[in-house]
Amino acid sequence: MHNTGKIIIGLLIFLVIAAFPIWYAVAGGKTGEMPVLEKAARGENCIIDSVLMKETHMFLLDDWRDEVVREDDRWYRSMTLDSTIEKSLTRTCLGCHASKANFCDRCHDYLAVVPYCWDCHVDPKEFE
Amino acid sequence: MGIDRRGFMKVSGLTILGIAGGASIDGLASPQTPRKKAAEAGTRRYAMVVDLKKCHSQEGCRDCVQACHLYHNVPDFDNRKDEIKWIWKDSFHHAFHSMEHEHLEESITEGPALLLCNHCDNPPCTRVCPTKATWKREEDGIVMMDWHRCIGCRYCVVACPYGSRSFNWRDPRPHIKEVNPDFPTRTRGVVEKCTFCELRLAKGQKPACVEACKEGALIFGDLEDPESEVRKALQDRFSIRRKPELGTEPEVYYLV
Repeated sequence: MHNTGKIIIGLLIFLVIAAFPIWYAVAGGKTGEMPVLEKAARGENCIIDSVLMKETHMFLLDDWRDEVVREDDRWYRSMTLDSTIEKSLTRTCLGCHASKANFCDRCHDYLAVVPYCWDCHVDPKEFE
Repeated sequence: MGIDRRGFMKVSGLTILGIAGGASIDGLASPQTPRKKAAEAGTRRYAMVVDLKKCHSQEGCRDCVQACHLYHNVPDFDNRKDEIKWIWKDSFHHAFHSMEHEHLEESITEGPALLLCNHCDNPPCTRVCPTKATWKREEDGIVMMDWHRCIGCRYCVVACPYGSRSFNWRDPRPHIKEVNPDFPTRTRGVVEKCTFCELRLAKGQKPACVEACKEGALIFGDLEDPESEVRKALQDRFSIRRKPELGTEPEVYYLV
């Protein structure tokens, strides 16, 4: 093979550049950094188990959306709270997690997901 | 003498024609309107009654319009081309042109008519929606909107004979003076209209416009309930509807 040395050096330079985000994070000591979410302003429990909520809240919200808008079914029976709550992003979710910026956005930014809920639904803080 | 081929064809042809014709006339004579279905199912049929004389008693009053648009985060573009309207005023001539003549009582025709979505019993807008983003709620007759599902094709805007639907040509958010956090805004590319305040009804409140009207010119209620205010108002006074000849069966009535 011709120019073996040059090719290997070129590949190494490419790998270093391509892996920039990884070694930059390692050098900065940020590898284990996870988003820190603000605790809910009130209450001990979420309306479902909080681990389950982390994994499935997007499906829950989709279900709520269809049930409320299309079936006029506005109340949710919460087993963890042992009470009935309104299916509402603005009133129920943000009712406890008062700051969208310190709760929703932190995870969404970390994972680079852009949910379009807030194109229409209102974060009351934004308009105070 | 037995029946010949020609005679047999005549008799059988007439018989088939008679059966088919009779059935189609039956179908025409008793159409299964949504109102009939609703009555059978024991459901509600919400309607609005507008008392035009009471509405005119305060000249230039916009209380109901302001209350509605404030509650529902309706933007104000200050530009008729982009205007979004849920409830608005227009001249009697524009609203009721098919039933106008030049000697009508002036107290009725001089003032503006209050207009909103008619929540028709036979709505043409819902039939053309390709995504079912708008549909008629069978249990109470409200013509609903699902803004999550609207793709902005504007077929419904064209189908509505009352101009009750507005399209967001521009992003509405910057043009909402005061945002009500209890109600969502819309995005660019979505059609919106009056929903008879279905969210307020679910909470047991009256529609925002009805609550805001100090003159009591707006009456809201269930037409299936013989004791309801709307039924009594329609019994007591003569009422008209917009473009009844189209067969859309509007559920907004105007007392004259």
